[in-house]
Amino acid sequence: MNTFAAVLMVALLPCICINRKALKQEAGSELLYEMKGALELLQRVSAHADASCWYVAWSPAGTLLASCGGDRAIRIWGKEGDSWECKSVLADGHQRTVRKVAWSPCGKYLASASFDATTCIWKKTNDDFEFLTVLEGHENEVKCVTWAPSGNLLATCSRDKSVWIWEVDEEDEYECVSVVNSHTQDVKHVVWHPTQELLASASYDNKVCIYKEEDDDWGCRATLEGHESTVWSLAFDPEGQRLASCSDDRTVKIWKESTPGDGSTDESWKCVCNLSGFHGRTVYDVAWCRLTGALATACGDDGVRVFREDPTADPEQPVFFMSAHVPKAHGQDINCVSWNPKEAGLRATCSDNGEFAIWKYNSDS
Amino acid sequence: MSGGTRLENANPLIFQRSGERRLTATDEDEDLHCYFDISINDPEHPLSLEELNVVEQMRVNVNDQESMVSVEFTPTIPHCSMATLIGLSIKVKLLRSLPDRFKIDVHITPGTHASEDAVNKQLADKERVAAALENSQLLEVVNQCLSSRAM
Repeated sequence: MNTFAAVLMVALLPCICINRKALKQEAGSELLYEMKGALELLQRVSAHADASCWYVAWSPAGTLLASCGGDRAIRIWGKEGDSWECKSVLADGHQRTVRKVAWSPCGKYLASASFDATTCIWKKTNDDFEFLTVLEGHENEVKCVTWAPSGNLLATCSRDKSVWIWEVDEEDEYECVSVVNSHTQDVKHVVWHPTQELLASASYDNKVCIYKEEDDDWGCRATLEGHESTVWSLAFDPEGQRLASCSDDRTVKIWKESTPGDGSTDESWKCVCNLSGFHGRTVYDVAWCRLTGALATACGDDGVRVFREDPTADPEQPVFFMSAHVPKAHGQDINCVSWNPKEAGLRATCSDNGEFAIWKYNSDS
Repeated sequence: MSGGTRLENANPLIFQRSGERRLTATDEDEDLHCYFDISINDPEHPLSLEELNVVEQMRVNVNDQESMVSVEFTPTIPHCSMATLIGLSIKVKLLRSLPDRFKIDVHITPGTHASEDAVNKQLADKERVAAALENSQLLEVVNQCLSSRAM
């Protein structure tokens, strides 16, 4: 007798993503917006053998790509002719998976965050990277490291639920200036505002926190609630007026800061857009292109997607729709997506299969 | 996990093992039913999890076309503190046995555990799972759980 016929399907089956190619304007208008774009694969590179590639980051000049992974190494890639080649391997910095890497705004330093609870700082000398120092203090895995646009501040976050803010001086000395414990769970990601000294963090506790310094004290000034599961990543828009968050709840939410007109200093962030129904599984990363304003996502259903904003929508109620979608961009989960800061449309993604891929996005196909 | 503590479930109900299972594939329209030989040792009891009714065979569902596997397991007793470890062991077993394209969901049968939401969330978080498996002590315990037993 086949007892398997009576299987109880509790597992959440991913919905098949539908590529929405057009958005009709409100009734009466004859315009049909077709913001269809195209994603072209330029190159696929096997970067971290037999291990996940967890993150990729472009250098500020856009000429180098740093990748890091489960093999505990960081690799720096540069273009030679038409292909991306490995320029450096930074292999001895960490004892466990390197989860994220971040370039300093000047491009001379690289920071790496690892499950070994440390953050390493590497200095670029000529064509190679030298180990400079290690930042210790977190009790367990460091999940993210990020440089402030000023170059003087660094933030890290960890499964120990805290966010640490570090200051760096002209002599390359790093000092922790603040430890903030606003989350009740594992903090997955931290990101700085593009122009202000403002930090945002995303957590396993389903919330996003916004931090500012007031009276020499860093603290959480706003908490963004709305996601129904872990928030994995964050990205500010080019002007820094909006924040995109992506989550295990398969949605991407856009938040906007609203200062009430009554003169009070209470800031609140409201969710002004909710992108749901596009992603079949956890959305691990979101990236907002500084040059074009396009929003890219990395998903556990192996697909890459690009969203564009409808230019005619009310800024207080933005409308985004999917402009491009490659369903099986990698053979496994996509962990990261990153727009090149100098070349419009150039994009990198990386996956659990150890690969990264370089793409070209054209907004008009 | 220490050996000195009193066993939580000293007299487990033992179920009849449903015979030898091999990895077979029956060609059906949509689903590919694989019968996994899941012999995982409950850390506290030297018997397979199936004999303890922790993993019920009927709750394994494989969808080959969608590259998805879903396993629902029932911990031996509702307050079992080992639920996460058992779930992790199942997940590791599947990660090691299945092709990379598969998405693996392991969770507790709804209504059978006091902390099922918390346990399920941890098991679903691949970053947490990856980090946990880099902990050599925990990995050793998981490997012990998964060691094959000739019974």
